[in-house]
Amino acid sequence: MSEIKKFLYVNRKAPYGTVYALESLEVVLIGAAFDQDVRLIFMDDGVFQIKKGQNAEASGMKNFSPTYNALGDYDVNQIYVEKESLEARGLTLDDLMDLTYEDEDDDWAEKKSIRLLSADEIRDLMEESDVVLSF
Amino acid sequence: MKISIQVNEGPYQHQSSDSAYHFVKSALEKGHEIFRVFFYHDGVNNGTRLASPPQDDRNVQQRWSDLAKEHDLDLVICVAAAQRRGIVDDGEAERNGKDATNIMDGFRISGLGQLIEAGIQADRLVVFGD
Repeated sequence: MSEIKKFLYVNRKAPYGTVYALESLEVVLIGAAFDQDVRLIFMDDGVFQIKKGQNAEASGMKNFSPTYNALGDYDVNQIYVEKESLEARGLTLDDLMDLTYEDEDDDWAEKKSIRLLSADEIRDLMEESDVVLSF
Repeated sequence: MKISIQVNEGPYQHQSSDSAYHFVKSALEKGHEIFRVFFYHDGVNNGTRLASPPQDDRNVQQRWSDLAKEHDLDLVICVAAAQRRGIVDDGEAERNGKDATNIMDGFRISGLGQLIEAGIQADRLVVFGD
C-alpha cells in the first residue's frame, strides 16, 4: 500500500436529519491513519455540518460538531466549501467554524483549513481525485 | 479492472442495494474483479439472515449471500454501523453481551479501514446510495 491516492469526501447533507454526516466524519477519522492525500468538500446542505454554534440538545441527538476541530490534528487540512451552496443559504465564511491546522513546514504556524471554491473549481477537484466518497 | 463497491442504503427501502447487486453481477460476467463490497450506513442491514420477504419478491440479503458463495466475494459490514443497527456475529455478540446473532452467511463484520483499503487497492470505488 505504498501508493498515495487522492481521497475526496463529499459531504452534501445537513448534520442531524440523517446519519450520513456523522458516519462520514467517522470514515474521515479512520481514513486519516492510512497516510493518503485527504480532501473534504462541504456542499449543498452539507455546509451546515461545519456551521458555528450548533446546539442539538432539543433534538436529543449528540452535537458532534466539536469533532471537526480535531481534523487538523489528523493532518486533514484541505477542507473546501462550495461558494454557491453557502450563498444560497445566506451564509458566509464567518458563519463557519474556525477549522485550523499547524503547518509543520512553516514552524507549526496555525493556518486556516477551510477554503471557498466555486462549483467549477469543485468539479475540477472531483476530476483530479482518485477515490470520491459521497455522503 | 479491479473494482470496489460501497453500499450505503438498506434493502427494500432503497434501490441502491439492488443496483449494486446488478452492477457487481454484470461486472463479474464481463470478467472484472470485485475486490470488496463494503456495506455502510443502513447498508449493513443487507447482511441480516432474519429477513422474510414475501415469496413473490426478490430476497435481497439471500441474493448477496448466494453471489458471494458463487464468486468468493468479500462482503464486509462496517462494525461501527453494525453495532448501532444490531447486525451481530459471534464475535460481536460476545464482545457486547448480546444473546443472539443475525449475520447472513457470506458476510463478515470488520472496520472502516477495510473501506479505505478497498479504495486504495481497487482501480475504481463505486458508491451506491443517496
